[in-house]
Amino acid sequence: MKHEVAVTRAPLRPLLLQGGRVIDPSTDLDDVQDVLLHEGRIEAVGRGLSAPDGADVFDASGLIVCPGLIDLHVHLREPGGEHRETIASGARAAAAGGFAAVCAMPNTDPPIDDPAAVGFVRAEGMRAGSVRVYPVGCVSVGQKGERLTQIGEMVDAGAVAITDDGLPVSDAGLMRLALEYTRTFGIPVASHCEELSLSRGGSMNEGLVSTRLGITGIPNAAEDVMIARDLLLSELTGGRLHIQHVTTRRGVAMIREAKARGVSVTAEGTPHHFTLTDADVEGYRTEAKVNPPLRTAADRAAVIEGVADGTLDVIATDHAPHHYDEKEQAFEDAPFGLIGLETALGLALTELVGKGVLTLSRLVDRMSCAPARAFALPGGTLRAGSDADVTVFDPALDWVVEPARFLSRSRNSPFAGFHLRGAAVRTIVGGRVVWERAREGG
Amino acid sequence: MTHPTFLGKDLIGLAAISAEQIRAILDTAEAFKEISERPIKKVPVLRGKTIVNLFFEASTRTRVSFEFAEKRLSADTVNIAASGSSVQKGETLVDTARNLEAMKIDMVVMRHPSSGAARFLAERIPSNVVNAGDGRHEHPTQALLDLLTIRDHRGRIEGMRVCILGDVLHSRVARSNIWGLLKLGAEVGVCAPRTLLPAGIEELGVTVFSHVEDAIEWADALNVLRLQLERMQAGYVPSLREYNRVFGVSRERVERAPRDLLILHPGPMNRGVEIDSDVADGPHSVILDQVTNGVAVRMAVLYLLAGGVPERAEAAKHEA
Repeated sequence: MKHEVAVTRAPLRPLLLQGGRVIDPSTDLDDVQDVLLHEGRIEAVGRGLSAPDGADVFDASGLIVCPGLIDLHVHLREPGGEHRETIASGARAAAAGGFAAVCAMPNTDPPIDDPAAVGFVRAEGMRAGSVRVYPVGCVSVGQKGERLTQIGEMVDAGAVAITDDGLPVSDAGLMRLALEYTRTFGIPVASHCEELSLSRGGSMNEGLVSTRLGITGIPNAAEDVMIARDLLLSELTGGRLHIQHVTTRRGVAMIREAKARGVSVTAEGTPHHFTLTDADVEGYRTEAKVNPPLRTAADRAAVIEGVADGTLDVIATDHAPHHYDEKEQAFEDAPFGLIGLETALGLALTELVGKGVLTLSRLVDRMSCAPARAFALPGGTLRAGSDADVTVFDPALDWVVEPARFLSRSRNSPFAGFHLRGAAVRTIVGGRVVWERAREGG
Repeated sequence: MTHPTFLGKDLIGLAAISAEQIRAILDTAEAFKEISERPIKKVPVLRGKTIVNLFFEASTRTRVSFEFAEKRLSADTVNIAASGSSVQKGETLVDTARNLEAMKIDMVVMRHPSSGAARFLAERIPSNVVNAGDGRHEHPTQALLDLLTIRDHRGRIEGMRVCILGDVLHSRVARSNIWGLLKLGAEVGVCAPRTLLPAGIEELGVTVFSHVEDAIEWADALNVLRLQLERMQAGYVPSLREYNRVFGVSRERVERAPRDLLILHPGPMNRGVEIDSDVADGPHSVILDQVTNGVAVRMAVLYLLAGGVPERAEAAKHEA
């Protein structure tokens, strides 16, 4: 019940996606085939499927057809920050980026820390009628880091994970309790790893660039000590740990080592951390102000390697919209965060697939199958009978990032003007096309 | 928009200008020094220009120095301090700037607590912007007056060994000095407790000293930075007393210097903390020369930003 998306519009016609290159790592499939969607489910995948009566047929030749992309880490800002994004606008931006599902972080105002708030996010997500919006609940009441939220009730209301993201869980004892208590419900604790006593006052990576710019830095160690702590606590408790936005070389190495000894951990790398470095902050570019910060080239290389070898299981955006007034300030006064839903697939295709770091199949794994596994979500597969969440993308489509054309309510992207190769063409959720790229020039 | 003036539209920092430009500012300042010695300290170089001194942080020396420089060049000036202004009422920097611009001004001299604020302003208004200190980033006119003072006393900058002593981590003065000194061919040292040195400082091309005795042994000039009381409260140093014992510039330490040491301090001084009174008031100190040079350097910067050329400075002084 908790994973349903209410579809209340006109009856669905069957949809046949014909002749695309179908990539589904969950069934080890990479072949030119057809995919038939019927009544919100994957009906069949195979060669030469015929369209049932009344079916829509989409010619997918030259395109990739894969399980719908899932973003485990987005900030939709509702309630309380509707001038930045709403659940509806964020869902539309997600669809335009090729995502069929997103996980909404709970650091809203007020925070999503009780079952009613979880229910609100879920209901608004359904009302938006676009991509699936999965609520994530807080670890601690009011994100104050003092006592656990009603985790069981929030799970009943639809929460798929808990996190105090935006803030770390500073109290190690509370983190231990969260990892232990969630074992009953089978959901992960997603951790924003930051030791505040080491990061306080910082606005960017600590290093040569911060020294030159005169900006207080955030050292890698601020992230590393928390990653180390949480890995140890996961090992102690057997609780499922999901480490968000890993940015450091030591962090990647520690997660790799923990996985090798069987710790129950998954982790994220973001498109901005595998694409940019602290040098991109030069000129006091507030669009590049993000937490955790853009690190050095060596850290970026480690994130890329982590995504490539699966140490970082998933690519997640940490989509963090801000109103332009908020970013139009002196660097240290501007808030952290950048938006990523509408650039993630293009960046992953350009920076990782285009440069030979990932195969297309691995990319689909990192952006669909692995996220589904990490948060135990439906989707992430084209197996017959599963939800008809499908992304169709063109790996050869050349485009230039123009934030003015984003469907997100915000424009705070550091990628404006980037030339990318590869973009979503169609996003299908529950068998319904929720977004399709306008054909340029007829 | 192109700015064919010698310095460009703005002076944001010394990192962004050339050695040639720095030398020309110093030469122009040299020519302008004499104006302040006259009984009638006024020349019409900036007559009819409107300059706003926009200070988001408390400042006495820098603000007054700029104001004297502006008035001696006949500019019309307005001072805005953050407290008691629209800034306190929540107005953004962009809006403050746009409102000033709408009143048709020519230049803004700004001090702001955020690094990068000067550049931020300069990119958004057509007026010339002079950075009078932005966060921990740069304080270019302070470094220029330090350079001028060293040059006055030693005849050159090139080959000089200058050690910046104290809270480099939080210091825009240190950063501007490092860029200026390196560009003019000086060797630069820094000396401070490691808690007050920024990450990667060695990579800027400076020598790091952990002991003040070693720094004094090495240096031709010491630029002693103020240790702010807040640094002790934040735990960067355990006590002012200990700081003075370990890093303070005392007469005993200065007397052991192998060379005739120049002592600079950008002020305001904490006597008995980073510098002892008998050094501040002693024969090696050029601290008040720095203050005098400050006015000349700022006159030079304003003149050059307003379209003046270094070669014309001498003549400009004598126009009526």
